[in-house]
Amino acid sequence: MTMDLFFTTYVLPGLIIVGQSLLVIVALLVFIAFILYADRKIWAAVMLRRGPNVVGPWGLLQSFADLLKFVVKEPVIPSGANKGVFLLAPLVTTVLALATFAVVPFDENWVIANINVGILYIFAISSLEVYGVIMAGWASNSKYPFLGALRSAAQMVSYEVSIGFVIVTVLLAVGSLNLTDIVLSQRDGLGTMAGLPNSFLDWHWLGLFPMFVIFFISALAETNRPPFDLVEAESELVAGHMIEYSSTPYLLFMLSEYVAIMLMCALMTILFLGGWLPPFDFAPFTWVPGIVWFMLKICFVFFFFAIVKTIVPRYRYDQLMRLGWKVFLPISLFMVVATAAFLKLTGLVA
Amino acid sequence: MLTGLEAIFFYLFAFIAVAAAFMVIAARNPVHSVLYLILTFFNAAGLFLLTGAEFLAMILLVVYVGAVAVLFLFVVMMLDVDFAEMKRGALQYAPIGALVGLILAAEIVVVVGGYAFVPELATAVAQPTPAPDVRHNTAALGDILYTDYIYFFQIAGLVLLVALIGAIVLTLRHKEGVKRQSVPAQVARTPETAIEVVDVETGKGI
Repeated sequence: MTMDLFFTTYVLPGLIIVGQSLLVIVALLVFIAFILYADRKIWAAVMLRRGPNVVGPWGLLQSFADLLKFVVKEPVIPSGANKGVFLLAPLVTTVLALATFAVVPFDENWVIANINVGILYIFAISSLEVYGVIMAGWASNSKYPFLGALRSAAQMVSYEVSIGFVIVTVLLAVGSLNLTDIVLSQRDGLGTMAGLPNSFLDWHWLGLFPMFVIFFISALAETNRPPFDLVEAESELVAGHMIEYSSTPYLLFMLSEYVAIMLMCALMTILFLGGWLPPFDFAPFTWVPGIVWFMLKICFVFFFFAIVKTIVPRYRYDQLMRLGWKVFLPISLFMVVATAAFLKLTGLVA
Repeated sequence: MLTGLEAIFFYLFAFIAVAAAFMVIAARNPVHSVLYLILTFFNAAGLFLLTGAEFLAMILLVVYVGAVAVLFLFVVMMLDVDFAEMKRGALQYAPIGALVGLILAAEIVVVVGGYAFVPELATAVAQPTPAPDVRHNTAALGDILYTDYIYFFQIAGLVLLVALIGAIVLTLRHKEGVKRQSVPAQVARTPETAIEVVDVETGKGI
């Protein structure tokens, strides 16, 4: 009897949570392997190259070959490095990046933890990701990684401010911090107000278009994607905080970067593109399951991440800071006030 | 009463928080101290979550761990601290430290003991906020901060604004003879104002 109780109160809930988490992580990592391939293929296509085309059919297995290559190499730890922190940094980065997916709703009720403050949780955890960068830069005990860490830490902290304000405007329009509520609130919007049936015109991207653009650009900066990839600006600044890393620890940094990119794509999908909702609310579109729409929207957003990488030249560091503090911060702050005033005056939100 | 997984997580968070707090003062390297401090904050956020104060937990992470501790870490990493020098005189502050610790411990005993000595106290503060199923505690906090005590909140904001302007005034210097970048001037340039076509004779400079 007591064993039964022990099983139902401790073991079973624990196993369910572990199982769900593993499922999401494995699915996510496999998805990222192909997203990485897509990134390189798009990049290659714009440059009229072929891109990865050797491993597997059409090079589809390239990412797995890269993984294997990284894992079997020897990890080199510099003799002057602070060994514990040096090895902790990539782990912290990866764990935090993966932890954010605990609250992402892939479909209605398809979420590990449907918590009330989901969006705040994501904001909090992704604001911790800066620690991986700082720890790596400091523990390497070398000047280039340290300077690189300061550079990218400042970059990440700066763009978090405008991301925060963008999230606030969406929250004003929705009235809830729960990610599922945020998606469901996009069933009705500008389109239905104009008398049209439920469609993609109801999603927040139309009503909050300036914030959509600001969020996209801030997401590029926050995840160190080109044109803001000053972390890896190998042609003018020596690569950032991960110069001293090799083998699996380096792989973890690269992996968590892509997990963070996936998170930003998922967040744009949830906040602005209606999450798992179909673009049109009639027959052939409603047959497709929500998870498929969610994945398609993530791929759609990621396509723009990839295109920006190929066609926009890299920003200089002072331009990056100017854009963050002197352009995005005032605009997003103004938009918060404007949105709040608009909602109050029109009585759309009590 | 805590049961099941909640109890396990409570003891886990509490133990790590206390151990990490001890390591903050015991660690030899100040950077390690700050990292342990972050671990303490993180576990404190976990404890907040267990009590159902999820908004406070997330704000603790965003404000203290995500922003304040980053500044701590920057300062500690940039300072060239001589650890041996710092540790030498540490013992002479032990009596003051012990006194502060004692006062804090006594205050905690008074606060917690209040529930034991005066049983009615528990009922007096039993329902300070609406029940969670009526109103999320994010909204309840918002009611208190932005509706009931809006003027105090505004005054606190003003104090912060003054501090912000003060920090800028103290550090902002306009040096003479330093080239500054003017973005509007750069953007407003046209080929006519930017390019000069010069006919250079062979063998001569400009």
